[in-house]
Amino acid sequence: MSPVLRVSGLAKSFVMHAQGGLELPVLQDVALDVAPGECLALVGPSGAGKSTLLRSLYGNYRPQAGSIRVRHKDEWVELVDAEPRLTLEVRRQTIGFVSQFLRVIPRVATVDVVAEPMLRRGASPEEARRHAEFLLGVLGIPERLWSLPPATFSGGEQQRVNIARSLISDYPILLLDEPTASLDVANRDGVIDLIRDRRESGAAIVGIFHDVAVRDALATRLHTVALPGVRA
Amino acid sequence: MTKPLLSAQGITKRFGDRVACRGVSFDLWPGEVLGIVGESGSGKTTLLNCLAGRLVPDEGAVLYETASAGTVDVHRLSEARRRLLARTEWGFVNQDAREGLRMGVSAGANIGERLMAIGARHYGDIRRTASDWMQRVELGLDRIDDRPTAYSGGMRQRLQIARNLVSNPRLVFMDEPTGGLDVSVQARLLDLLRGLVDRFHLSAVLVTHDLGVARLLTHRLMVMQGGEVIEAGLTDQVLDDPQHAYTQMLVASILPV
Repeated sequence: MSPVLRVSGLAKSFVMHAQGGLELPVLQDVALDVAPGECLALVGPSGAGKSTLLRSLYGNYRPQAGSIRVRHKDEWVELVDAEPRLTLEVRRQTIGFVSQFLRVIPRVATVDVVAEPMLRRGASPEEARRHAEFLLGVLGIPERLWSLPPATFSGGEQQRVNIARSLISDYPILLLDEPTASLDVANRDGVIDLIRDRRESGAAIVGIFHDVAVRDALATRLHTVALPGVRA
Repeated sequence: MTKPLLSAQGITKRFGDRVACRGVSFDLWPGEVLGIVGESGSGKTTLLNCLAGRLVPDEGAVLYETASAGTVDVHRLSEARRRLLARTEWGFVNQDAREGLRMGVSAGANIGERLMAIGARHYGDIRRTASDWMQRVELGLDRIDDRPTAYSGGMRQRLQIARNLVSNPRLVFMDEPTGGLDVSVQARLLDLLRGLVDRFHLSAVLVTHDLGVARLLTHRLMVMQGGEVIEAGLTDQVLDDPQHAYTQMLVASILPV
């Protein structure tokens, strides 16, 4: 399969103005390709820039140089320095991101939090709700919680709500930042199954998995990330 | 859609020797919510008033793509045309609801007045639409005949929103819509606004000094300091990866909870 995500020459540093303009180079000349059905695991010590790379791929962090091209609606689009509305459109249709933390919206019921991305892609409210309930069930969120806002849920429950929200749309490209970080083994295995299904049905996945068992279960390739000047 | 809904081109406004905003340009596309953030005195409200035709800029132009009459230069319209635009295609939510409401007439009349301004005449229809909007903004129907003077701050703000949205505007200007409200009241209002913006596919320009409000409601942000836009981008880019020293300071100043 030919790649749907191509990164080349990517560079990202952070300039800390409160520290007298201290510059922290994090990514330098990063290159990678990911094809449908692949799961590329980013590996490297803590602080090596794995999350920075992942967030750059989502257009959340702004690289200084290089190229991130994604296959979006049968065309290649460049995400580095893209117009905001193009990045939003790519996020709506093509790239999903599973973060470690759920950014809770006050007062919105869990089932609606999960259904929202599918609604935004044009699904009917009934279809989106049905799919949201299905995912919440698979992920072991008790039905009595579905109509409550997730603000008061445990960390593990919030994370599973977050995963359901991120997986409800069939994004061709998925970015995963520690998707199983605060889950127990049973729930972890449920999440692994869902993500493996996505991979096998052709999603291109890039992820950070500190849990070796999760990485072994999902990754088809490893990509080592190291700070500039540090030998990988 | 191939044209922006609103296009600001080099907006500069001076008050005497003081420059309140300088050379501000941007395009707002349909369905986008743009936040303008910055501290008090950074020029964000002046800019908002220039965009909405309430202040005339010293330099620059504001172009608006109307529903049916093509592109207009907001500040070259006659006063009558501009008022018509403000009543029909736009909404303006003031920080102080008392400025956006008529305090001497009932809540129902506050909503109904906007409808009558765009030609509604049938009392039953007006009353029914006003009732729908009371419910949409979570105001009890038993309060429809009360005057806003008898409402709490949060209820007044929701009534002001209903009054603005009842005429199906395409573009809404909001000046600190949650300012001055209790935190719990703010959360409810934010959630309501978020739902309405989604449901009616509204475009909006929102002025706020609260980065949390900006995070929840806006797609894009412009950061202003001393009358100039010093940084702009997707909201999560600006808040998670701020580039400018001032933006970094603003983001670092948010108290964690």
